[in-house]
Amino acid sequence: MQSGSETALLIGLALPFAGAAVAPWLMRRMGDRGAWLLALIPLFAFTVFVSLVSTVASGTSVRGEVSWIPSLGVTLAWYLDGLSTAFALLISGIGTLIVLYSGGYLHGHPQHGRFMSYLLLFMGAMQGLVVADNFMMLFVFWELTSIASFLLIGFDHEREASRRAALQALVVTGLGGLALLAGLVVIGMATTTDTLSGLLAQPEGLRGSELYLPALLLILLAAFTKSAQLPFHFWLPNAMQAPTPVSAYLHSATMVKAGVYLLMRLNPAMGETAIWETVLPLFGGATLLVGSVLALRQTDLKLMLAYTTVGSLGLLVMLTGFGSDLAVSAAVLYLIAHALFKGALFMVVGILDHETGSRDTRDLGGLRKAMPITFAAAIGAALSMAGIPLFTGFLAKEAIYEALTHDSGGWPLLILLVAILGNATMVAIGFAVGLRPFIGRQRETPKHPHEGPALLWLGPVVLAITGLLAALLYGLFYRTIADPMTTAVAGSAFANAISPLPHVSLAFGLSLVTLAVGLVLYAAQARLRGGLASVFGAGNWGPDRGFDHVVAGLVRLSAAVLRIVQNGRLDVYITIAFITTAVVLLVPMVIYSELPSMPPFPALQLHEWTLVVVALVGLYSVVRTRNRLTAIVSLGIQGFAVAVLFVLMGAPDLSFTQFMVETLSVIVLALTMTRLHLSPTDHRPWNERLFDGSIAIACGVAFTLLLLRVTQNPFDASLSEFFNANARIIAHGRNVVNVIIVDFRALDTLGEIAVVAVTGLVILALLRIATPGRIRGRS
Amino acid sequence: MKTLIFRTVAPYLTALMLLFSVFILLRGHNEPGGGFIGGLIAASAFAIYGIAFGVPATRRAMWFHPIAIAGTGLLIAALSGLTGLFSGTPLLTGVWTKSPIIGFDISNVIIFDIGVYLVVAGAVSSIALALESTEDNH
Repeated sequence: MQSGSETALLIGLALPFAGAAVAPWLMRRMGDRGAWLLALIPLFAFTVFVSLVSTVASGTSVRGEVSWIPSLGVTLAWYLDGLSTAFALLISGIGTLIVLYSGGYLHGHPQHGRFMSYLLLFMGAMQGLVVADNFMMLFVFWELTSIASFLLIGFDHEREASRRAALQALVVTGLGGLALLAGLVVIGMATTTDTLSGLLAQPEGLRGSELYLPALLLILLAAFTKSAQLPFHFWLPNAMQAPTPVSAYLHSATMVKAGVYLLMRLNPAMGETAIWETVLPLFGGATLLVGSVLALRQTDLKLMLAYTTVGSLGLLVMLTGFGSDLAVSAAVLYLIAHALFKGALFMVVGILDHETGSRDTRDLGGLRKAMPITFAAAIGAALSMAGIPLFTGFLAKEAIYEALTHDSGGWPLLILLVAILGNATMVAIGFAVGLRPFIGRQRETPKHPHEGPALLWLGPVVLAITGLLAALLYGLFYRTIADPMTTAVAGSAFANAISPLPHVSLAFGLSLVTLAVGLVLYAAQARLRGGLASVFGAGNWGPDRGFDHVVAGLVRLSAAVLRIVQNGRLDVYITIAFITTAVVLLVPMVIYSELPSMPPFPALQLHEWTLVVVALVGLYSVVRTRNRLTAIVSLGIQGFAVAVLFVLMGAPDLSFTQFMVETLSVIVLALTMTRLHLSPTDHRPWNERLFDGSIAIACGVAFTLLLLRVTQNPFDASLSEFFNANARIIAHGRNVVNVIIVDFRALDTLGEIAVVAVTGLVILALLRIATPGRIRGRS
Repeated sequence: MKTLIFRTVAPYLTALMLLFSVFILLRGHNEPGGGFIGGLIAASAFAIYGIAFGVPATRRAMWFHPIAIAGTGLLIAALSGLTGLFSGTPLLTGVWTKSPIIGFDISNVIIFDIGVYLVVAGAVSSIALALESTEDNH
């Protein structure tokens, strides 16, 4: 690849992040017109990807890298083949339309700029995700899309439902992100590669490895959470709390397909095994069925679309795992068709909501005269969703039926039935959203309906036309987009042959059956809704509720744990700390027979003995006295005696510090005593004294034994020699102790003084909290 | 503790101890001493002043809030380590310059030690003063 286009690609990948940084400022300065300017960012990326299409379609993949963290060997490496290019085109192309649409949709919103910023952040992350070659980069961008999705779902953060939905999406997709990281690590261990291109170059390496199963399970967890497969499907409908542009972009066209992207990307390396071809159709099919049934019982147009999105993702997973190149091709066609029609329909629902004030199917009707352009876009998208000839959706449906009828047997037949049922629901919902609000008698709506501004209808119109053109120019569409993508997913060259015109075949017959069933469902939707509602009750069941229970249980568990480990009683903390110290020191010494041998009797001089006696007298008085202040001062006496011993033994720095520490601890302890309003004498009963005394003795014995044992080891003097030899030469200091503190081990000291400063702060804060008069005075 | 003798002696004692603490700090590189011990001496000086004249008087005399002094010290210590950014050496590498005017070598190591001094003096006296003050008035 020439360096010019490489630079352009890098700019296209980086620009969304730059745009995210300036968007709030820009939107404040320019208002809605800022959207036109911001839309240039995804448009630029789109043109860059379009310029790569011919290269990629000819079978050459585009690769390149820039160094990111050279010390860890992590690079920003990209790899564009048919699969990533098609995804990148969808992301940047639909992204352009969504940015414009958001300009109109959030018109006059005080946080318009912030919204654009999040949206561009997501776009950058999603582009990075699909072009990533390096595992680490894939993971980072994967997580970044989850975070952007969290921010966008919770955009309306003053509503509790938004916050809950945002958190739920983050927890579920975050769980998947962790699984992805683990899965990629396992794949790396199994194949000793850290790039996708490296993995695809040795497809048998992973399948033959004994780590295949753990890797597969982790990757499936990642893909299923991201793409809302059963039993993790519940977060996606809740994510509809986000503003509609987000639902159209993240939660139907792009982000939720990241899981499908991952499965498709790894299909050549992980697919074609029995477990792959069982698990994927099983979970995908179940998701398709559940999504379809739940879609039919909604009255909110946006939720209908959300549940059909869940179903569509199930269909994609099912087809990806079916195990034939025809099925892969069907998945590819459906993925592209779905992104086009579902993005358009979501935007249509947004326009309806925006211009009429309602998106309930029971409130809307007869809007074709008031909103003709929206109606045209809606019906275009609905026809594609229903799989009517001449539209992309038809190509996809034909491909699905062709692939599923190709093999005979019970399993393919079952999958075929599931697919027909799911597709029939798509027909019903497509018309329920794209047709029903526009026909019939006009009804009263909260707002007087009229056509939205161009910023709003531009997106759905362009997407609907694209959906039509891609099918009409199917030769070009196959050659440039669909075939290279299928080839990349299937791992071997593939060419589509499906025509958008009606023709006599088994697949077309099944299409007609689907259409008929779908129209029946469409006509009977109101009655079906009643029936489904009585079967499922009020909806107080399932994983959505389970999520709440898990979260509430976690909070209760941590509260219970906290009550045990943080019960607020200082004496308990100290007792536990000292018992632990004694046990940790004594038990290993006893178990590993590392007890010290009896030391020789110390040969001390008279003045040294005197100091020992002083220390002992101090200790005796600590134990004997009932007066707390006397005890504190006596402890100080013992400390001073030890400090003097340090001087005599040739450790002036240590002794110096010991003096100061002893002085200050006596002062601080005495002050604390007066503050706590304790009685001046110690009234512990004999059993408590015995218990506390035993702990004290155990700790003392433990430290004595430890010190004796340590000093009885042969002394390795290499460090002392190094410091003595180099303190003056390297660090310009004669005081070795201080040179170690401020130069050789300065980083340790930096950490220690940070602890000292933070401790000071914390004690200050605690004292302020603990002054009841102050609290009363303030509040 | 507000005896006449103590109150008379305390200002001199505090001043002497502060002076001594700086002396200990600066000589630390070659003789026993250093920022840590110096900081502790300074903190005891403030504690003595506080016992003699009360906390409000001590806070006025210190001018800055002690925890702000600690924070500044931490910042100084951290910044002193960044010289490596310019010389391409790791964090907290000592850089020395010959200084014929003041008669000893200066370096970022001494600045680091001053940071340590300020952190210890500030944090410990902050704790001591907060405990001494019965009203917690600041």
